[in-house]
Amino acid sequence: MEKKKLLEIKDLAIHYITVDGVVKAVQDMYLEINEGETLGLVGETGAGKTTTALGIMQLVPDPPGKIVSGEVIFEGSNLIGKSQGELRKIRGNEISMIFQDPMTSLNPVMTVGEQIAEVIRLHQNLSPQEALNKANEMLLKVGIPAGRAKEYPHQFSGGMRQRVVIAIALACNPKLLIADEPTTALDVTIQAQVLELMKKLKTELNTSMIMITHDLGIVAEVCDKVAIMYAGNVIEYTDKVQLFTSPKHPYTVGLFNSIPDIESDVERLKPIKGLMPDPTNLPSGCPFHPRCDKAMPSCSKRVPKNTEVAPGHFVKCLLYEEGVEK
Amino acid sequence: MAENTVVKKKKKSGPWREVWRRLNQNKAAMLGLLVMVILILAAIFADYVAPYGYDDQDLMRRFQTPNSQHWFGTDNFGRDIFSRIVYGAQVSLKVGLIAVGIAMFIGGALGAVAGFYGGKIDNFIMRFIDVLLAIPSILLAISIVAALGPELRNVMIAVGIGSIPSYGRIVRASVLSLRDQEFIEAARAVGADDTRLILKHIIPNSMAPLIVQATIGVANAILSAAGLGFIGLGIQPPLAEWGAMLNSGRQYIRDYPHLTAFPGLAIMITIFALNLLGDGLRDALDPRLKN
Repeated sequence: MEKKKLLEIKDLAIHYITVDGVVKAVQDMYLEINEGETLGLVGETGAGKTTTALGIMQLVPDPPGKIVSGEVIFEGSNLIGKSQGELRKIRGNEISMIFQDPMTSLNPVMTVGEQIAEVIRLHQNLSPQEALNKANEMLLKVGIPAGRAKEYPHQFSGGMRQRVVIAIALACNPKLLIADEPTTALDVTIQAQVLELMKKLKTELNTSMIMITHDLGIVAEVCDKVAIMYAGNVIEYTDKVQLFTSPKHPYTVGLFNSIPDIESDVERLKPIKGLMPDPTNLPSGCPFHPRCDKAMPSCSKRVPKNTEVAPGHFVKCLLYEEGVEK
Repeated sequence: MAENTVVKKKKKSGPWREVWRRLNQNKAAMLGLLVMVILILAAIFADYVAPYGYDDQDLMRRFQTPNSQHWFGTDNFGRDIFSRIVYGAQVSLKVGLIAVGIAMFIGGALGAVAGFYGGKIDNFIMRFIDVLLAIPSILLAISIVAALGPELRNVMIAVGIGSIPSYGRIVRASVLSLRDQEFIEAARAVGADDTRLILKHIIPNSMAPLIVQATIGVANAILSAAGLGFIGLGIQPPLAEWGAMLNSGRQYIRDYPHLTAFPGLAIMITIFALNLLGDGLRDALDPRLKN
């Protein structure tokens, strides 16, 4: 069954121009999502995941950030270059984003019902009362009793606040939901509940989702396809099963190796040695080569290109590129 | 049973309830509030509270000291001082509220725009406010009233303009700190435009320092109006105004101190009450900010 392509990112590069240098937050990015699919965007802190999300929404703070090149094609038209008015019609309506910390994502002096109703009234022509009614419906959908619409965010616990945030994001039934580490700030049991809720709503409303996370466990639960980011580059991209069964890039392999195994008894964990590079001073060639135990001399000289090592499985690594001396 | 409509609960659980509860515990603030309520009621119902008109002269009864017929005595024209104090309350409170209203509105708008957009707009607006600040407020008020003419309306405008800088700065500071908060970004991410962000999200979250400043501001406005009245640039006779009463009673202060004592006390008590209330509000609002 041929799925329709919803979002296509081509050759996207986003830089932050600061007094300390140019931060190449996102480089050479190619991604696609089809309708109804969930893409996991995985990486350490500072890899460029949030910047990518902001780039899709055209919300990169303009000083100091700049989309230097590329296209973000949503439902056939390029979001880069659209006017602010056109973009505002899309945000919250066709593409929604939820942020990491539910404590600070909600306006403390507005009731939750009003905040959900606000999105509805921004994009749909409903009276205030109708919008509030719809807000109540959304609250019920995310598992909050409708009577609580008149309460303020500080009267909810963290998990419930995140549900409110989800309700706001999905109120206008967007085609794409970008979730930026939505469960990182929550404890594990609540994390499970929120993920269950997101999966349920995703199926019910046929929403595509980009799930930004650093937790491979969440990827296993929720995602169909996965893109691993490192220092602004997508270094591996494939479907979930392929990623877990045959990861190719040394960084991905390192990530899997550093997850403690519940069944074996080890004395030391196996982290990836070294630290993420300074974004204003990236290493030459492949950004991962200083930390890579499979590095070759040519790794510091050439930036790897995207190679398709198996159908639908892309890796940026000189180990898999043709014509490279090994 | 599907609930489609909002269930109306009687229990008010808003953030203001918490503030009121905290204010209640502050006895000094409650005293200030009580005094202000009495003053406001007296001003609104002046016609019923004052036994005489503010302009009822009786030259046979000049300079009477406080007695059963004239609780505060009479002044140099035989007018009942108590009645003039009550009518003066009307004037002072009007000036206070409207001057602060003007300043809050204009200053708040300028501060919000300056803080939200930053850059050249911020620079331009803040330098304009600096110019206003550089001129001593009493001189500014004097020049405005002198240019426009001494009457109640111009006193309110003059005092209002002089107060614009403080509200401008307060709102700008709030906006600067709120601008980068995540719920603003979240609101932008659902399609809110700048006007909506400023009016519905940023300003409601900056109310606390504004309210405190407004309370103290009313006190300052009343003082400024009295000051203008004292030098004869305020409300013109025969309208009763506390500062003007101080001024006209000045020459008789040796023999008939009650002409100046009562308006002076009125000014003092009002300012004191407003300051107590303002301090109490600041304390009551502060912990909420930490939430």
